[in-house]
Amino acid sequence: MRTLSLVDLMAFLEGLQWTLVLVVLSFVFGGLLGLALALLRTSNIAPVRWVASAFLQLVQGVPLLALLMFFYFGMPVFLGVEVPSLTAVTVAFSIYSGVFLGEIWRGGIQAVKYTQWEAAASLGLSRWEQFVFVIAPQALKISLPATVGFLVQLIKGTSLASVVGFVELTRAGQIASAATFQQLLVYSIIAAIYFAICFPLTQWSRSLEARLNGTG
Amino acid sequence: MQNLNFQQVLRYQDEFLHGIVNTLEMTAIAALFGLLIGVVGAVLVGNGPRPVRVLIKAYIELIRNTPPLIQLFVIFFIFPSAGIRLAPFPSACVALSVYFGAYAIEIIRSGLASIPKSQVEAGECLGLTRFEVFRYVVLAPALRNIYPSITSQLILLLLGTSVASQIAAEELFHTATFVESRTFRSFEVYALISAIYVALVVASHIIFAVVGAFAFRWPVRR
Repeated sequence: MRTLSLVDLMAFLEGLQWTLVLVVLSFVFGGLLGLALALLRTSNIAPVRWVASAFLQLVQGVPLLALLMFFYFGMPVFLGVEVPSLTAVTVAFSIYSGVFLGEIWRGGIQAVKYTQWEAAASLGLSRWEQFVFVIAPQALKISLPATVGFLVQLIKGTSLASVVGFVELTRAGQIASAATFQQLLVYSIIAAIYFAICFPLTQWSRSLEARLNGTG
Repeated sequence: MQNLNFQQVLRYQDEFLHGIVNTLEMTAIAALFGLLIGVVGAVLVGNGPRPVRVLIKAYIELIRNTPPLIQLFVIFFIFPSAGIRLAPFPSACVALSVYFGAYAIEIIRSGLASIPKSQVEAGECLGLTRFEVFRYVVLAPALRNIYPSITSQLILLLLGTSVASQIAAEELFHTATFVESRTFRSFEVYALISAIYVALVVASHIIFAVVGAFAFRWPVRR
């Protein structure tokens, strides 16, 4: 048994790096999936909307922890090969992010008045051009506060990657707490680190929201 | 694809059933105490003395900006350092109540704020007492306004109880790790409990919709 030292703090910072890597990867891949889901959910073809919304209901009905385990143990079963834990957790977090971002962005797209689509169409833009140049910029502005809010949710969620042994911030904390038996101190420090990252983002999301509502 | 074997896993149906009951019990306890924190906190954050308001706001920010898993660990290890011995299950209930309470305060506060002042004044003009105004003119319509947010937060709480397995509190997810360690059928176990959670969530959605339809069926006029 030893006491908590600078070495542990360095280990926390290294864990934090992996937390951030995981967040960035999941946000990028999840963003792509989310965009696809948002477009499918706002499609003009009803069965396409149903399939997308069934997928969404399914993923949102499973705890993040179970989703993580499902892919961690499921990918070898489906693919027949062992995958590195970073790959498995990235897939799980990307799907989680994709579903939530898809819902947020669908809301943003639907908040743009339908007459905007018609106006763009009457300018002779194709359906894709209507989306990219007219709808998406407005939808992005509307959904930015919620998107930043979800980013906080994702950062907090990555703490669960510790469960499958992926050494990110929380796992680094568990290792230090097992070595020092100063659990309360260790986890308070870890909580403070998460807070230091999440709180500014939450505030940013709030100020964006206030500006959007014209009160900021 | 490797051959899957659900037979071995399904042999543990009693354990799974026990896990489901415990998960629902934990959700109910955390929901009850969380809502209690929510109502008291929402009233105090609106009308309480300044230091109390600051304290409640700090509590909300602290909970909303840290992972539930870390909150669970901190609360789990706070009790022994205060000289209290508390088993994993009650510890998890405390942690989840504290977690849910922070979100409940925010939701209930926004519900109370959604009632225009003129509506309160209208109630007073009708000669209702202060309590009657709060009960019938503020609380009842506020509850109707926040019902969708509260229920979706409750469903997130139900899913969130899975985290309690990390301090070995016996709920559904803990059952899964137990059965996994017995059968080594990891994928089958987690696929099964994922399906159970989906079923629980779908059932909750239906129950909340039915309860909502009955509880808030008085006419709305705008």
